[in-house]
Amino acid sequence: MLKINKLHKSYPIGDSSLHVLKGIDLSVEDGEMVAIMGSSGSGKSTLLNIIGMLDEADEGEYILDGVPIKNLTEKKAAIYRNKFLGFIFQSFNLINYKNAVENVALPLYYQGLKRKERIEKAMFHLEKVGLSNWATHLPNELSGGQKQRVAIARALAANPKLLLADEPTGALDTTTSYEIMDFIQSLNDEGKTILMVTHEEDIANMCKRIVRLKDGVIMEDVFVNQVRASANV
Amino acid sequence: MFDRDLWREIFQSINMNRTRSLLSGFTVAFAISLFAILFGVVNGLVNTFDTAFVDDAANSIFINSGRTSKANKGLQAGRQIQFTNDDYQYIKDEFGDKVQYITSRIYRNVNASFGNEKNNYNVRAVHPDHQFLENTKVEFGRYINQLDIDNNTKVIVIGRLVEEDLFLKTTALGKYVNLNGIQYKVVGVFSDDGGDNEERLIYMPLSTAQQIYGNNDYVDQINLTYNPDMSFDQAIGFSTTLTKKLKDRFSVSQNDQRAIRVRNLANESKAITQMTSGLGVMVLVIGFGTLIAGIVGISNMMIFIVKERTKEIGVRKALGASPKSIVSIILLESILVTVIAGFVGLFIGMGVIELAKPVLEEYFIKDPSVSLSVVIAATITLIVAGGIAGYLPAKKASKIKPIVALRND
Repeated sequence: MLKINKLHKSYPIGDSSLHVLKGIDLSVEDGEMVAIMGSSGSGKSTLLNIIGMLDEADEGEYILDGVPIKNLTEKKAAIYRNKFLGFIFQSFNLINYKNAVENVALPLYYQGLKRKERIEKAMFHLEKVGLSNWATHLPNELSGGQKQRVAIARALAANPKLLLADEPTGALDTTTSYEIMDFIQSLNDEGKTILMVTHEEDIANMCKRIVRLKDGVIMEDVFVNQVRASANV
Repeated sequence: MFDRDLWREIFQSINMNRTRSLLSGFTVAFAISLFAILFGVVNGLVNTFDTAFVDDAANSIFINSGRTSKANKGLQAGRQIQFTNDDYQYIKDEFGDKVQYITSRIYRNVNASFGNEKNNYNVRAVHPDHQFLENTKVEFGRYINQLDIDNNTKVIVIGRLVEEDLFLKTTALGKYVNLNGIQYKVVGVFSDDGGDNEERLIYMPLSTAQQIYGNNDYVDQINLTYNPDMSFDQAIGFSTTLTKKLKDRFSVSQNDQRAIRVRNLANESKAITQMTSGLGVMVLVIGFGTLIAGIVGISNMMIFIVKERTKEIGVRKALGASPKSIVSIILLESILVTVIAGFVGLFIGMGVIELAKPVLEEYFIKDPSVSLSVVIAATITLIVAGGIAGYLPAKKASKIKPIVALRND
């Protein structure tokens, strides 16, 4: 599904440059659920950005679903992001003047689908996250958990190969966090490949594999016994 | 561009920033309404000048004679200059194709009567060309023609009001009117846009008047129109040459301003044309100046909107929005605000002009209006203006990195 070889990335800071990723090797198979952990400054966000094609590596190789991701124009990157990736953000990033179903339908809009088809698909995914009754509500009328579920539905809408989550529970209380994790786990059970950045141990333990980063290198890469979120709810 | 969903996005965005859109649009609306009002007023002024000339053809030249004011070539000052048929013929021969229409004029005052009705009228004895010089409109019958001149026929063409005065409710055509004791046949009735005085005139053949009132070939005035293909400057040159030649012909000093007077309407037309085009340029400058202020306002708003929506644009990009789709949203939003505001301004301007029409008429501004071509030109200008206003913000928006979506603030 995903293969990364000797990935390097540095950012210029004034005259010098900050070497953030110092040769990362990572490979993720279909159906995996991986947590990327590390303290701030460890490079975990940069790694996620590169995987999410929001940023480009200086050096190294990145192959996603057999497609080498390299020298992307903005337009091409937009198409790849739309086709391959679903994003879940810590702060949900719903568009505040669009209602739930319109938010979910947005990636489909960028795929060029007709409105009717978009709304149909978006409703299907809203149904899946259990919010079909809230379809016409604006984000500020929803609770945090509901917002994140709408965001998940949006990430799923374009039927991506890989779900990328950046601290998906970072803005939620524990109970809601577990609910969301429960839902993400069920997506993984259905076969979705999921990659998430987190710094919470309990959340990381709900994944199947934990990759620990420190100072731009992988310190540890272990498969763990998945803790089912439903057991904690 | 005509994607319905794109427009839905734009309307949502405008709706979200309603106050801001309204305020920025205000400058544009103000610019356009100002332009419309000024344009209408200038248009009204032009109309006023146009109607001031409807009585006479705009390319008229009037030649009058008087007494000499300076001694010249051994002739004393105070000599009366008298035009005759020879002078009429001289101008015709000398200037040929530069002259469009030409007529001599003799003025007389007569007592006219028909049946029991009597009145006093001015008579103008003229050549047939006079009809075109004066913009006379023949309502019934015909005008003076060459046969009348050749045969000194006793026929007259009377004004609409003369017919009303003398014939009351009956028609004058074919009847005989007594002018100072001589019977003339009415062969035509005319109307004239020049006002009531012009319609209380009687026209008769020049030769008839010359025979009856003095048995000479004197004429009081020669009027002509210059060839309309000539430019103002050519026409003015023509009348200068004409004046010079006539002065030589009558041995009048070139400096004598009184003996032979040539009035060329081209001089006035030129001045008016220059003034109105000057006003037009001024209106354009003011209009564009204000419009530029409006563009800056909208551009400013769009830059702010882009800044405010940076995260949203980043999210959209992360979800697969192409740079083009972001650019078109910003650009179209800017164009839409500009065009809507512009049209509001245009209608306000036109409304003000319409309301102020009666007041403006008192200031010699006649029928001020904004034409369709101006509306179309304004629309195109507004679309371009909106595009310009949106260009920088759109470019800024397209450069937003999707990475901002991941920033937590």
